Amino acid sequence: MNSRLLVALAGQPNCGKSTVFNALTGAKQHVANYPGVTVDKMSGWYKHGDTRVDVVDLPGTYSLTFYSPEERVSRDFILNEKPDVVVNVMDASNIKRCLYLTFQVMETETPMVLDLNMMDVADNRGVIINVDALTRILGVPVVATSMKQSRGKKELFNAIADTARKKSSLALFKVDYGPLEESISIIFDMIRQDPGDLKTYPARWLAIKLMEGDEEVKKLIKEKGGQGRQILNRVEDLRNQFEAEYDQDTALAVAQARYAAADKVAAGCLTLPTEKKKSMSDRIDAVVCHKFMGPLVLVGVIWLLYYLSIVQGYNLTNYTWPLLAKLRGFVAAIVPAPGFIDVPLISSFALWLIDSVNALLNYIPIFFILFGLIAVMEDSGYMPRMAFIMDRLFSRYGLHGQSTLPMVLGGIYVGGCAVPGVMSCKGIPDERSRLTTILIIPMLNCLAKVPLYVLLINIYFAAHKGLAMFFISTISFLMVLPVSKFLTTTVLKDKPTSPFVMEMPPYHLPTIRGVVGRAVERVWLFIKKITSIVVALAVVIFILLQFPGISPQRRAEFEARRDQAITKFRSSITQTPYAETLAGDKLMEMVLYWKNYKDKRMLTRSAEANAALNDEFKKINPQFFVIARPGKDEVAGKVNRSFKELFRTRKGLLLEMRKERINQSFLGKMGRALEPATQFAGFNWRINVALLSAFAAKESSVATLGALYEQNNDGGDGSLESRMAKEEEGFTPLHALALMMFMVLYPPCLATSIAVKLQSGSVKWMLFGMFYPMVLGVGVATFIFTGGTLLGLSGLQAMGVFYAIALCIAIATGFIKTKSEFEDARQMSIA
Amino acid sequence: MTLDELKPGNSGIIKKLSIRDKLGQRLMDMGLYPGLTLNVVRNAPLEDPLEVEIDGYFISLRHEEARFIEVENT
Repeated sequence: MNSRLLVALAGQPNCGKSTVFNALTGAKQHVANYPGVTVDKMSGWYKHGDTRVDVVDLPGTYSLTFYSPEERVSRDFILNEKPDVVVNVMDASNIKRCLYLTFQVMETETPMVLDLNMMDVADNRGVIINVDALTRILGVPVVATSMKQSRGKKELFNAIADTARKKSSLALFKVDYGPLEESISIIFDMIRQDPGDLKTYPARWLAIKLMEGDEEVKKLIKEKGGQGRQILNRVEDLRNQFEAEYDQDTALAVAQARYAAADKVAAGCLTLPTEKKKSMSDRIDAVVCHKFMGPLVLVGVIWLLYYLSIVQGYNLTNYTWPLLAKLRGFVAAIVPAPGFIDVPLISSFALWLIDSVNALLNYIPIFFILFGLIAVMEDSGYMPRMAFIMDRLFSRYGLHGQSTLPMVLGGIYVGGCAVPGVMSCKGIPDERSRLTTILIIPMLNCLAKVPLYVLLINIYFAAHKGLAMFFISTISFLMVLPVSKFLTTTVLKDKPTSPFVMEMPPYHLPTIRGVVGRAVERVWLFIKKITSIVVALAVVIFILLQFPGISPQRRAEFEARRDQAITKFRSSITQTPYAETLAGDKLMEMVLYWKNYKDKRMLTRSAEANAALNDEFKKINPQFFVIARPGKDEVAGKVNRSFKELFRTRKGLLLEMRKERINQSFLGKMGRALEPATQFAGFNWRINVALLSAFAAKESSVATLGALYEQNNDGGDGSLESRMAKEEEGFTPLHALALMMFMVLYPPCLATSIAVKLQSGSVKWMLFGMFYPMVLGVGVATFIFTGGTLLGLSGLQAMGVFYAIALCIAIATGFIKTKSEFEDARQMSIA
Repeated sequence: MTLDELKPGNSGIIKKLSIRDKLGQRLMDMGLYPGLTLNVVRNAPLEDPLEVEIDGYFISLRHEEARFIEVENT
């Protein structure tokens, strides 16, 4: 006898619902999305006897209205999926408020079990609950649990099974809606007699919701009711009548009746402690939310977050990088070996792919620590405090107190990452602020933008490094504020906002299991969702960079130079015994042998390691080894020198070809095509190519510049700094400043764009998020470069002027008042 | 008077919510309803929002939202 049950968990925030969910399902969970909204759908399952029980963890909500997507998906799930049992998780120390939701769940007429969770907390507070009395009053089975200590788990399993089997429940408690009852029963009868498709919905629930003025239920009646119009008209009459008579909004009257009922139920089963003692949370808040201490604690927390995740996480990558390098080495070993000057396309493609993925996987230690720390902040209850402290500042710019964490993660100073930043926007309850935050996060200074800053500052602001670094670290935040304000008052003007009203839950000590579990889960989600898309787009960039490639004519020229070099080498060694050793294909073998040896040699530090390496290579090919390490053998020494020269020629040819390939590539053509437009910002085509390639990942900008400014002679190992300074003689600090500012505003990288799509729930916002920074970036860069040139400003002067302008705009926009959505409501209620 | 005018450390009884729809519903859902006694605990470091205690739990809300809650100082 194998049967299945569907169970839904409902409960208010902070009632320990996720602990109950974890206790019930263990590790057998997965996350999905409710269709059409960006609300996570957590589900899992367990086995009870022969029955497989699927559990869906509904989002934590205070109520079941139509105003928020979380509440809508919760009630739609209960009404449409018809779970066999709804488990209503309650905070035992706060029964009265929890009952408010319980009544609403009961009105959906779904079989339910009450889980009085956190009994231990209630005990500690001296709250005494008569569980039998509560069961009797409500007519619903009640189980007392403390899931953190796994107490009551078995009883809950049994209660769920029993309730599902019986299907019908005891005489249910009904909320008395007082003067509204008459109207409710009129509507109830109309719904009962309606010939349409309303039979599947609980009639009393529909009637109450209609009296509350619930827009979604109105729509339902209109669509499915046989005489929907009449019902709605009647509802309108009754509501107006009630409001005229009692001077009270029906929705508020309904809510008040629920609280009155909760009081009555509580009176029948609850004994509260006589004396109130100041709780631990209260004492912590006296410091954490204090006028002066609060901001200090906040700065400390942010610093610790940076230090542990970015600094220590970065150190951790020193240990994980060799693993990724091994992976790359493995791939390099199985793809076809490169020829003298032609690298097989398949090889360079495979390595490009693995490099793209590795660049991302390299961040995993950082993400792991970051996600772990976020989980600590969420579980401990610090998050709402952070929002409480920062809301005033952020709300002036259309952001939200809860935008703090995403902005910290995105890199409010220097060194964040936009991906976790955007992903953590989920918690912002206000739709408009959430979208704004998602769109501005990529403007902050992520870790990957830093190399380009450092490169440019070292060349063009070498005398004022500290100042320039301070400028670049803080300018992004100064730009973010007015841009947010601009977005909220223009494109996002009509997005719905939500009240700020927020609970400040008691502090909790996070559990290791909860924190590590969540960190692992989020990292895994990140890998799953991001990697596949990064791979797909890496392919596109690869094609854009590789094709159409070098023309046959130029290729023939390169081949001629190759042949010439090889002939020269061969003739120089014909008289030696090594001519035989390196005959035919063996020469190429020697090239790879030497390259391999050199690469490994670079990594060895100690004399013993060197000796071991020598032994290893001697074993692989003793004849090659003599050429590689001739020692005192004069003939071999001569061959060694000729060979090295040949090797250098090859390297030069390869670089020249790479440069030419980029020049000729689609991306190179795009860079050139853009030059007329970007010249006012001071960007030449090389910079354009570097910036275009940075879209895959910001680090690419420096790598591509490296390739474009590669040397093709043997003039020593000049650093990229000196090469760039040498080759771009017309380049001034003003150019560099314009370029840096463009990088600040640069469109999000691929991974971030995907995160934006996931969090905003639409491709449209992703495209907008890519488009507006580009316009803004070119605009700002043009403003700086052209303006600076016209006024004859130096790079440093332009920097100062721009900073002052940005600061003024940021302060000024803060004073522009955003019209509150509630302004209309205010006038309405006064009229 | 309205809740935003109540100074930290003072208590009051909610008389009326002069707002409906989203915000009114939200205030009710969070447990702010007429007849309830509340206690203003503190203002945020930058003045806004404020924090109130009701029935053993804590709620923070912006001053512009508190304006819609009519209270009587006790």
